[in-house]
Amino acid sequence: MEEPNHNNHEAAGGHHHVTSIGTYAATYVALLVLLVLTFAVSRVDLGAFNIVVALGISAVKTALVVLIFMGVRHNSRLTWFWASIGFVWLILLFLTLGDYVTRQWVHLPLGW
Amino acid sequence: MSLELQHPAVAPQRLSHQFEQIDQQNDSYIVGMWTFLVTEIMFFGALFVALTVYRSVYPDAFEQAHNALNVWLGLTNTFILLTSSFTAAMAVRSKMLGQRALTLVFLGFTILCAFGFLGVKYVEYSAEFREHHFPGPNFQWSQTVSSAPAQGDLAANSQVALGAPKVGVNEFPASYQPQQLELHKRELFFSLYFVMTGLHAFHVIIGICTLSTLWLLIYFKHPVVDDYMPVELAGLYWHFVDIVWIFLYPLVYLIGKQ
Repeated sequence: MEEPNHNNHEAAGGHHHVTSIGTYAATYVALLVLLVLTFAVSRVDLGAFNIVVALGISAVKTALVVLIFMGVRHNSRLTWFWASIGFVWLILLFLTLGDYVTRQWVHLPLGW
Repeated sequence: MSLELQHPAVAPQRLSHQFEQIDQQNDSYIVGMWTFLVTEIMFFGALFVALTVYRSVYPDAFEQAHNALNVWLGLTNTFILLTSSFTAAMAVRSKMLGQRALTLVFLGFTILCAFGFLGVKYVEYSAEFREHHFPGPNFQWSQTVSSAPAQGDLAANSQVALGAPKVGVNEFPASYQPQQLELHKRELFFSLYFVMTGLHAFHVIIGICTLSTLWLLIYFKHPVVDDYMPVELAGLYWHFVDIVWIFLYPLVYLIGKQ
């Protein structure tokens, strides 16, 4: 027996979003195509652009996984906020590169 | 919110007494999981920063060292993880709709994929151990190392110039020979490689434990998994593990130079 519930919200009263199998399958195929693309592009020497392209494709793949597989697309704004905060932190973390990149700009005596 | 997305056959959920509405309850679970994932992003993010920094400092050595990795095994593993992510999403969907048998099939397949991933990783790691690419006293680099390091490297590392004893290492035994700088650079790449992929593999193992527990609970119809939320949260974790690999594969296996 179910316990009596004050709010009587036992049944499915929530906003459930059931993503269709087709959407999941299409996402999966898109991810595989992007994987092949990552691999193919990395075999071509684009110089400095290799890493830019690789990161770009990875970002698209991540967006697909986060929005569709993880279902953030249909989640509340609070979830959107938390999911984005993670990537804001990541950007802050990568700002430490500002130190390493600018080290050559300052000339210090040898031995430092 | 379109109507077609409001599936009529969603399995009922029970509202715990501390929540007002089922939406609020589900939100709390999901936001809680995301909070954990944010800490994980920072955790792995720091390692990606370390990789970026050292890759920009030693571009040639990292380029050479990363060529020793097997891109095909890496590609296989990426494929396996993407597939498992798809089946994990399908498992959550089936659980939400109360399709117990399908949930077990999809969860089981996800777990199999995870084991497959670790199997491929085992093949990779054992090859690297055999070739003495594991960082440590036995680290070796058999391929030709350019004997003349870049002038900039020598200047920057004047205190650890090739062959010269390190300053402040007097406590080492007399037999200790400092390794060459060029060797150290390659060792550094493999240190980062083993830490990052090892940590990722550890997450895969945790994922296997979580998903297997859920599989058993669903199989034995434990009341804890009447709600689809536990499967949903394990799914979120598994997708995160997949995302880490989505970045690891191109950055470690495919791109050597920056």
